[in-house]
Amino acid sequence: MQKITYAAECPECASAVTIEAEVRVSEIIECTDCRSELEIVSTEPPELALAPEVEDDWGE
Amino acid sequence: MDSVTPRLGILASRVRYEEKSIMAALERRGAEFEYLDPRSLSVVGAAPREAPSFVFNREIGHFRAYYAASALESAGVTVLNTAAATRVTGDKWHTSAALLGAGLPTPATALAMTPDAALKALEEIGYPAVIKPLVGSWGRLVTRVTDRAMASAVLEYVAALPSPQSHVVYLQELVPKADRDIRVVVVGGTAIGAMHRRGAEWRTNVARGAVSEHCPLSRSHAELAVSAAAAVGADIAGVDLIEDEEGRVTVLEVNGQVEFRGFQEAEGSRVDVGDSIAALLIARAAA
Repeated sequence: MQKITYAAECPECASAVTIEAEVRVSEIIECTDCRSELEIVSTEPPELALAPEVEDDWGE
Repeated sequence: MDSVTPRLGILASRVRYEEKSIMAALERRGAEFEYLDPRSLSVVGAAPREAPSFVFNREIGHFRAYYAASALESAGVTVLNTAAATRVTGDKWHTSAALLGAGLPTPATALAMTPDAALKALEEIGYPAVIKPLVGSWGRLVTRVTDRAMASAVLEYVAALPSPQSHVVYLQELVPKADRDIRVVVVGGTAIGAMHRRGAEWRTNVARGAVSEHCPLSRSHAELAVSAAAAVGADIAGVDLIEDEEGRVTVLEVNGQVEFRGFQEAEGSRVDVGDSIAALLIARAAA
């Protein structure tokens, strides 16, 4: 089966990042080039931002 | 399509495995929902008619989760877990107080109002003991102290922390236990399964590399977990139980924003956590 992907630019290193079609907004992916954690801020059009830093009160 | 399901909102600033599996389960069940990002949420007055009237709170940050729930409730929105439950489960002392108030077994715990008072309290609790931040998760900054000299050094660092809340010190006896604990997931007053978390480190958090394994759910563990979730007022909870060397089981923690990736992997096809939660949300949104 054909897999649908989108491409967006990594905000850290400007590499092309492949985004799978089934991702959701606010999901975190990783740039395969610079390993930055990236947040999906939009799927239409695909848009990425650096993921927020983990804060002290995060967790279960 | 059920006419009530569009009233459901899911509040989460970070969509992880858990949120994705719940959203996917809702979609499989044909339930509509609206994704809400708490980073762009503000609440002024009553909720507008078109806004979700039932919100599932999966915000990862405790303070934002609690205040978002409180603000939404004040606007007439039903929130699950409730703001009150989020306040209790996000704070270790409030959780301990709720468990003690319900008469449930939990390790000996003290709350000291200053680091100096904590040193005195540790003499009563005895060593080894554990110093934990009131708010936080994944085992971060949880410190095992084995004697007075070590405790004194750790508390000196605690005293130097900038936040006034950090100077209120939560202390707990270190329960001698096997290299594993038991995580029971409770959804809507039912224990849906259990797993062991086994780790080489004394903190058996999955976030610290502990391995998850299926654990047959005993009736006594199920009842204790359901009682613990009820004590903190949580509809959905991950309850951590530990068994000491004499076989006594105590409630260590009740997590209100339960993470269940490791649990689901350990359970396999025995239980579908995302679907169990989706079913509860649909039922509650329709109520």
